[in-house]
Parts: sequence; C-alpha cells; structure tokens
Amino acid sequence: MKAFTTLDGLVCPLDRANVDTDAIIPKQFLKSIKRSGFGPNLFDEWRYLDHGEPGMDNSRRPVNPQFVLNFPRYHGAQVLLARENFGCGSSREHAPWALEDYGFRAVIAPSFADIFFNNCYKNGLLPIVLPADVVDRLFAECEASEGYRLTVDLAAQTVTTPAGEVFGFEITAHRKHCLLNGLDEIGLTLQHADEIRAYEARRRAEQPWLFA
Amino acid sequence: MSAQTLYDKLWASHVVREEDDGTVLLYIDRHLVHEVTSPQAFEGLKMAQRPLWRVSSIVATADHNTPTDHWEDGIKDPVSRQQVETLDANIKAFGALAYFPFRDRGQGIVHVMGPEQGATLPGMTVVCGDSHTSTHGAFGALAHGIGTSEVEHVMATQCLVAKKSRNMLVRVEGDLGTGVTAKDVALAIIGRIGTAGGTGYAIEFGGSAIRSLSIEGRMTLCNMAIEAGARSGLVGVDEKTIAYVKDRPFAPKGELWDKAVAYWQTLHSDEGARFDTVVEMRAEDIRPQVTWGTSPEMVTDIGGRVPDPARESDPVRKASIERALTYMGLVPDTPISEIPVDIVFIGSCTNSRIEDLRAAAEVARGRRKAESVERVLVVPGSGLVKAQAEAEGLDKVFIEAGFEWREPGCSMCLAMNADRLQPGQRCASTSNRNFEGRQGQGGRTHLVSPAMAAAAAVTGRFVDVRAL
Repeated sequence: MKAFTTLDGLVCPLDRANVDTDAIIPKQFLKSIKRSGFGPNLFDEWRYLDHGEPGMDNSRRPVNPQFVLNFPRYHGAQVLLARENFGCGSSREHAPWALEDYGFRAVIAPSFADIFFNNCYKNGLLPIVLPADVVDRLFAECEASEGYRLTVDLAAQTVTTPAGEVFGFEITAHRKHCLLNGLDEIGLTLQHADEIRAYEARRRAEQPWLFA
Repeated sequence: MSAQTLYDKLWASHVVREEDDGTVLLYIDRHLVHEVTSPQAFEGLKMAQRPLWRVSSIVATADHNTPTDHWEDGIKDPVSRQQVETLDANIKAFGALAYFPFRDRGQGIVHVMGPEQGATLPGMTVVCGDSHTSTHGAFGALAHGIGTSEVEHVMATQCLVAKKSRNMLVRVEGDLGTGVTAKDVALAIIGRIGTAGGTGYAIEFGGSAIRSLSIEGRMTLCNMAIEAGARSGLVGVDEKTIAYVKDRPFAPKGELWDKAVAYWQTLHSDEGARFDTVVEMRAEDIRPQVTWGTSPEMVTDIGGRVPDPARESDPVRKASIERALTYMGLVPDTPISEIPVDIVFIGSCTNSRIEDLRAAAEVARGRRKAESVERVLVVPGSGLVKAQAEAEGLDKVFIEAGFEWREPGCSMCLAMNADRLQPGQRCASTSNRNFEGRQGQGGRTHLVSPAMAAAAAVTGRFVDVRAL
C-alpha cells in the first residue's frame, strides 16, 4: 500500500449528500478482475453523457460539462470535499480504487458509510471526518476561490486551509500507523499467527461443530 | 458478569487479541465468496504466495454476473464470463468447503444459498465481500460485508482487523397487519432513522412483531440493516431459528447438534442489557411501503404522496429531494397510488426466498399482468428455491399471469447481467436499493414487498395489496 504522510492538494467540491458506491463506480465496471484502471470511470454516469461500458476508449466519450469533476479549475484535484454519508451502499472496494486511481488521496466529509470508510484505509486513501459546519465553510471557500488547496498532515492529524486555519481530525492509532508506513496489514496480522492458532484450538474444543 | 447484548456476546467470543486503541483481531468462522469481489483477493494471495488459512471456512457460489435465462448458452458477455471462470479456477486452485458454480443445482444468491445449506449457523462470525451479508444476522450470527482487501485478509489470516460498533435496539411491538411484511417493516425503520441512522452501530431487531416473523422475514429485515447504515443486523435465537437450521446439509448432526443447540439458546440479549440507542415502533402503525426517491430513506406508505421540496427547510435535504424527483420523473404531491409502472422485478437477496415467492403468487393467482406493464421478472434466489417453488406449482401461477419465470441469480437488483432497466423505465422492485442507475442507467426504482410488487404487476400501478 502507498504510504500517506502529508498532502497539499487541489480541492474538488462534490455538493451532494448520500453519494453511493453505485454512483462512484457503476456495476458494469465491477466485472474487471484487476485492482487498477477504474479512474476513468469514476462517477461514470454523472461524468459522461453516454452510457459507459468496460473496454470503451473513455478519452473519446462526450463529457458532461455540468459535472464538477469536469470543470477545468478542478483538474488535478487530490482532495474530494463531500457531504454526509459519503460512500453508502455496497461494499465494493472498486469505489476507493476508482477514487485513488483518478488521483484523489483524501476525502473530507461530515460522515462516511462504515464499509467504504474502512475500505479507504486499505488503499492509501484518507477519509477525514470534519464537523458539518466546518465542511460547509470549506465548500463556500472552495467555490469562492479558484485554485483552492488544503494541506493534510496525517502525523499531526490536521487539515490546514490557505488562510492558515487548522482543523484536527480523529484516526485510530492502528490505522494511522499502517497508513504512515504503507504497511501490509496481512503481514502485520500474521505476526500473531500463534495467537490465532491458540484461539482456534480453544474454540475447536468448546464448539467442535464449527470444525466438523 | 453484567448483562450483555447479543452483539456484545458475539463480539467477545471472537476476539483473538486486542490493541490498546481498541482495534481487535476478530476471528471469522464462515467466509462466503462470490465472483465479483474475490478475484483481486485471490490474486493478492498468489502474488504473496500465501495459502488460505482455513479452507473449510469458505463456501462459494457465482451469482452477480450469471444470466437468468437460456442457461444452455452459457454466459454470453465475455467480461462476465471471465469473472465467473476466474472464480472456478481460483476455487479449484485454493479449495473450499463447498462450491456451487454456475448452473449447479445449489447455485444461488450467496445470501440465500448460505442459510439454506446450513453454512450459516447461530453464533458464527460470517463475512462476505458484499454489503448484504448483514442478512445472516437473522440467525443470531455476527455478519457483515467487507471490501476486497479484507476478503484477502480473512483468506490469509482467518481474522479481520476490526473495531467494535455501538449497540442499537430497534424494538417493534404489536401485531403486523395482514399484507404488511418484513420488507415494509425494514423500509419503515429506514424511513424513521434514515440511511445513516445506523452508521457505527450493530442493530438488533426485537419486540413481539420481530419474534412473529419467519426466518425468511428476519433475513429480509437484517438484509436491509445496511440500508440504514448498519453493517450488521441481528435477531436473537429462538425455536424458529433452531428449527430452520436443523437437518440442513452443513448443520451439525447427532451429539454435536445437541451441544450446539444448548449454546445457541444463550444467543439473545440478556435482560437489562444496555443499548446505546433504542428506537421504538408500533407494528400497527406500519402500512405497505413504497419508495419514491433515489435513497431507501425516501419512502412513504401506499396512502402517501410524493413530497414537495418547497416544504423542506434544510437546504441539503431540499436539493436531494429536487434531484431525486427530477431523476424519478415525479411531480410533487402525486399520490403514490397514481404512479404507473413499466417493469416489475421480484427477486434479490432481500426477497427471493420461498416465502416471498408464495406471497407474490398469492396475489398473481387467477390474475393477469396489466397490459401497460412491459414485463414482470420473477427470479428465485437459488436453484433449491426454484425447485421448491416448482414443486408447489408457483411457476405455473406466474406463467399463467404473464410473468417470466427465471433461473436464480442477483439479476436486476444490480443489473450486472443482461437483466436491466432502460433509461426512463419505472420499476416496482423487491430489491434493496433505489440508487440512481442501480437497476440500469436512467432506470427508476421503487422498492416494495413481493406482494406489493405482484399487485403493481396486475394493476399497472401501485395499489394497496390489502384492498386487492
């Protein structure tokens, strides 16, 4: 996994609540057996005017000029500013894969859906929860000022605005450690293989039907 | 020991180790696998040369991509076919307790197949790379959806890195009226607490109305816990749970059965257990539900009307309603009972079990699909459900009513196969999500129960099934 330490990134505002994973990456792209290449189909139904299918040359498709991701001022954005309950719906990890493949490294919202939130951390994509009134202000500032950037410092757990305002955010120690160091979580867990085996042996004795 | 909730008990019995920040290694008993969210996980294992930690924990099937007609032709879409064949190859290479491939008699939607095979048992932790894994909580199992990285993690370590959720109790007391089903209860709860109301919680469903539900009904309810934002839904074990599990292929037998039952009978919240949040509802207040928007919380009952965004003061919510009505092609204040439908879909991991098909058939019996309805798809949840329905003659009821009787699979719930809505088509659907584009780009989904879907099919619009 790609490590995440600090980020100074252009911000793109997506002003909709309850953005679901079907919107982030529509189902037809889930047929891929790869982890990469989903970026061109991020928000496919909102971003293009035609119907997208896997294997199409996306560079030749008609784009929707009304969709915020297509505004020239937001090209190259690395921070997605979003509304409440972002990432609701399915467990498809293709959603964070698509955001990450597009170039986003952080998503800021007042709240996230649980499974999506969890999936982000596995892919070097940092989901940041900030209070709703702060997110409101960031939306207003971002829309008012072209080239609006935010600085994210994971070690310090802060988001800093261009005016120097600093907002703290929460993250568990384990997730922070894995992200800062780009660690392979499976490798970490396997360091406790003996404990897993001991648990299994105990359980096999207590609930043998689970191992029949 | 102080009084515990069911969730507390299930969590505590699966903790392998705990870090200082509360992060836990949680042991996983059952891992259900399907073709869409597993290929990258198997690929990761291969690249790191890691084996499956416990082959016998894995039960797999192909469901999302599989066609629901002309099985003799195989899977025509080459991309879908490759994904299903990749699962075939991965199971062959890595092994599993059981695999129900495309066209196998036991094949079906993973959340229908698991319980009917007895692969889901009370007290287990159950995971699957699919958000509707919450379904299995109906058995007093701790079950939730995971992403593909976690699928790989469970395959390699038999554990999940997890943090405990908070406890929510949704208590529904009283008697559900005739024609009011578990689906209506689920939608009414989501209408009450919202699609993020359960975020960060495990929801236990309790109260006399929940106890009165069949196991199929409890599965429908727990299935939709994720639409309320909760990764897990739970119902405590009772005699119905145990009767359902008995004699299923992977259920324990003989002495082990007795031992298991003795343990399972402890799987309920203790008297006086503390919940962080309690939501109370009266069964008598719940009427047949119909969604009108593009989120399951955008719901009302059959006597209701499409809302007017002008009456909403919150600007974000107002914008959401306006967007939803534009997408859905609906005018504010339209009575729900005046909305015509083009397509009806009866199926999905929410509502494709035998009880659901019986409820739909009861409405369809002796009636015909309305002229204005283009097509009605009935897609059983598994090969075994299909066989049972045919043994009861339900297939004939549907065919005589002008409905299409299909092969099992996820089908038009998410439209990964050929079953999908065309832009602008309006569908009465027994599935779980009415998101934009969910059933096909530009398709308009109204979530309802199987009986309400069948009633829409024979009348051409939403009607109160109780008055039919």
